[in-house]
Amino acid sequence: MTTVATRRELPVRAPRPSLLERLTAGGSWTVFALLLLVFVLIFVMNPSFAEPSSLMAFVKKAAPLVILAIGQYFVIVSGEFDLSVGSLVGAQVVIAAKVMDGQDELTWPVTALMIGFGLLVGLVNGLVTTLLKVPSFITTLGMMLVLYGAIRLWTGGAPTGALTEQFRQWGRGGIFGEPGQFQVPYALIVVVVLGVLAVLLMRRPFGRTLMATGDNDVAASYSGSPVWWVRTRAFLLSGFMATIAGILIGGYAGVTAQVGEGLEFMAITAVVLGGVVLGGGRGTVVAAMAGALTLEALFTLFNQLGLPSTIRPVVQGVIIIAAVAYAAMPRKARRRRPAVPPPSAAGDAAEPKEPAPTHA
Amino acid sequence: MRPARALVAGAAVATLFLTAACTTDTPTDPADGGGETSAEETDGGEETGGADSEWFVQADYDRQLAQREVVPEGPGEEPWLQAIEPEYVDTAEFASEGGDKTLCFSNASVSNPWRVTGWITMQQQVEVLQEDGLIGEFRVSDAADDDNKQISDIQAFVEAGDCDAIIVSPSTTATLTPAVEAACESGKPVIVFDRGVESDCMVTFIHPIGGYAYGADGAEFLVDNLEPGSKVLALRILPGVDVLENRWAAADKIFSESELEVVGTEFTGGDAAAIKDLVTQYLQRGDVDGIWMDAGDGAVAAVEAFEDAGKPYPVFMGEDEMSFLRKWQDTDMTAIGAVYSNFQWRTPILAAQKIWAGEEVPSEWVLPQAPIEAEELDAYLDANAEMPSLHYAKFGGEDLPGFPEAWTDR
Repeated sequence: MTTVATRRELPVRAPRPSLLERLTAGGSWTVFALLLLVFVLIFVMNPSFAEPSSLMAFVKKAAPLVILAIGQYFVIVSGEFDLSVGSLVGAQVVIAAKVMDGQDELTWPVTALMIGFGLLVGLVNGLVTTLLKVPSFITTLGMMLVLYGAIRLWTGGAPTGALTEQFRQWGRGGIFGEPGQFQVPYALIVVVVLGVLAVLLMRRPFGRTLMATGDNDVAASYSGSPVWWVRTRAFLLSGFMATIAGILIGGYAGVTAQVGEGLEFMAITAVVLGGVVLGGGRGTVVAAMAGALTLEALFTLFNQLGLPSTIRPVVQGVIIIAAVAYAAMPRKARRRRPAVPPPSAAGDAAEPKEPAPTHA
Repeated sequence: MRPARALVAGAAVATLFLTAACTTDTPTDPADGGGETSAEETDGGEETGGADSEWFVQADYDRQLAQREVVPEGPGEEPWLQAIEPEYVDTAEFASEGGDKTLCFSNASVSNPWRVTGWITMQQQVEVLQEDGLIGEFRVSDAADDDNKQISDIQAFVEAGDCDAIIVSPSTTATLTPAVEAACESGKPVIVFDRGVESDCMVTFIHPIGGYAYGADGAEFLVDNLEPGSKVLALRILPGVDVLENRWAAADKIFSESELEVVGTEFTGGDAAAIKDLVTQYLQRGDVDGIWMDAGDGAVAAVEAFEDAGKPYPVFMGEDEMSFLRKWQDTDMTAIGAVYSNFQWRTPILAAQKIWAGEEVPSEWVLPQAPIEAEELDAYLDANAEMPSLHYAKFGGEDLPGFPEAWTDR
C-alpha cells in the first residue's frame, strides 16, 4: 500500500523543468552527443561532407528514416511495435509506380490513394491489436508478410510501371537554387513540418494519453482513456508516416524490387537509439528523430571508413541490444530510489518478510 | 546512473570503432610497383572476391572470353536456338510419338525482374506448343529461392512419374545437384538452364556464355573509354553468389591489368536508395569517372546521383533493362548495356520439343551473349517502346503470338 502512495507522488518530481531539460529527458542527451560525435568524425575523415550541398544530400537520404522513426515512435511509446512499415513503404512505392505508370495527371490521385492505403493498413494493425487482442508483434509481423507477398502476387514477382517526375520531386528535388548546386530539399521541409507537428501532438492531451497508455495501460483505462482507440491512432499515424516515407524514398531513388527492405528494423533501431524505451511510456519524439539521423550518419561514417555494407545488420543488432540493456538499468535504480527516502516504509516492508525464512 | 548509461553506450560505440579499425587496417600498404591499379588494395580481405579469389578460374575466364568471338551455329534471327561450339548428343532414346505431353518445370524463383521477364517468355513459348497439341500440361513449381523447397519440388515430379520431361532452373549449384541426379535416374529427359549443377547427367545444360564474359564486356568498355588514371567505382549486389562473383572476378582481372583506379567496390543489395547514397558519397569525396555494375538493377539511381550532385556523367556499364536504356538515350552518355541473355528462357521448351522428336541437341547448349552498344541502342528502344521499365531488351519473344500484351500487362 505504501509503495502505491509513493508512486502516486512521483509526478511531483516532474513539474515544469526548462524546455531544454524536457527535451533531453529520458536519457536522450546521449543520442545528441553521439550524433555530434559521429558528425565530427565524418567531418574529420571527409571535410567536403561539411559543405552545404553534401549536407543537403545527406538530409535527402536520411529524411525517410527520420519520418519512419516519428511514426514508429508513436507506436513504441504507446507500448506496441510496428514491424510492417518496411513492407508498407515497399508496397506503397510499387503501387504508386504500377498505378501511375508515368502519367502526370495521375500524380495527385495516386498520392491520395497511397495515403488512404497507408491509413487503412494502420487501421487494420491497430484494430487487430487492440480489439482482437493479438500482440502487435504478431499483428504487424503478419502484416509485413501479407504486404510483402501480396505485392509480389499482384505484380508477378517484380515491380512494373514508372513514377512521374512530379511525384519524384518530393524526394529528389528542392527549392532555392539549381539542381546540382545548393538546394533546400523538399524532404527537409517535410521532415521539419512533420517533426514540429509531432512535437506539438505529443504535448496535447492525445500525446499525454499515448504516453500514459504505454506506461501502464490498465491505469490509463481506469483513468478513463479509451486505450484501444489511443493505440489504434498510434498505428494510423505510423501508417501515415510510412506513406510519406514511401513517397520520399520513391522520389529519392525510384522504384526497385528491394525498396523498403529492412526499414522496419532501421526505424526501431533509430527509435531505441533515441532512448525511447521499448514497452512504452518513456522517450521523446525529437530524440527518436535524432536517433534516425545518428543511425544514418553512423552508416555514412562506415562508408567513409570503407567498411563493407554487410556490417550494417551487425551494428543494428548491437545498438538494439545495448540500448535496451542500458535503458533497463536505470529503471531498476529509479524504482529503488523512492523506497529509500521513507525509511519506515522500507522497514515495514522488510519486517514481515524477514520471518518467513526463519520459519522455513 | 547517467555515467553508467554513457559507459555502456560508449563501450558499444568503441566496439564498433574497434572492429572498424581492424577492417581498415588490412588494405593499407600501397603497391610498391605503382603500375598496378589499387584494386587489390581497396578490396583488401579475401571475402570480397575478385581476381585473386576462389571465384576466379583462369580456364573458364579464357574460354568465356574466347566464346564471345565465336560465330554461333544456328539461325541468326533466332538466337535462342543458336549454340556456340556445340557437341551434339543423340536423344533417340527419349523419342516418343504423339502429343499431349506433360512438361514439368522446377523454377528457382521469380524474385527479380529479369526472371519475371524470362518466365513470361517461357509461358508464351509453351502456349505455342500447347496450341499445336504437343504439350498437354505444363506443370510448374516455384521454389521461391528456397533450396529445400526446390529439392522436394523435383522429387515430387520424379515420384509423380508422369512428367515427359523435367526442366530445372536451379536456385544454387551444389545443393541441387543430388536432386537433379535423382531426376536423371528416373529415366525422363532432364533439361537444366541458367545456373548449372555439378553433374552432366542431364540431356542438355542451357546457358548464355556466362558471368566472366558479362563482367569483362563492361570492364573492357570502361578501359577503352576512359583515360589512364581514371577512377572507377564498382557497384555489386551481394557477395558469395557464383554468377555475380564471376562477373566481378573478370572485371577485377581486367581492371588490375589496366591503368584505371578502382576507388571502391560496394555491395548495394540492388537497392536504388543504397546505390544513390553510396554514389553520392563517393562524389562528395572526389570525382568518379566510370561505374561498373555486376547487375543493372538500380543503374538509373546511380546515374541520377551524378545529376543531383551536378557532376558530368560517368562512363557507365549498365544492363539491357529498359529503364537504364531509356536513361542512356535521354542523357546520351557513354555507356554499354551488358546482357545476360534473357531469351534463354525460351530454349528449354524448344529443347524438350527436339528431344521428344528424337533430334540431337547440344549437351552443353551455350547461347550467344552480346552487350548492347551505342549504335544498337535506338533499335532496341524502338523494338521495346511499349515495354515497362523493368523489362529486358533481349527477351527474344517478339515473334510469339502473345507479343506485346503478355509482357506489357504484367
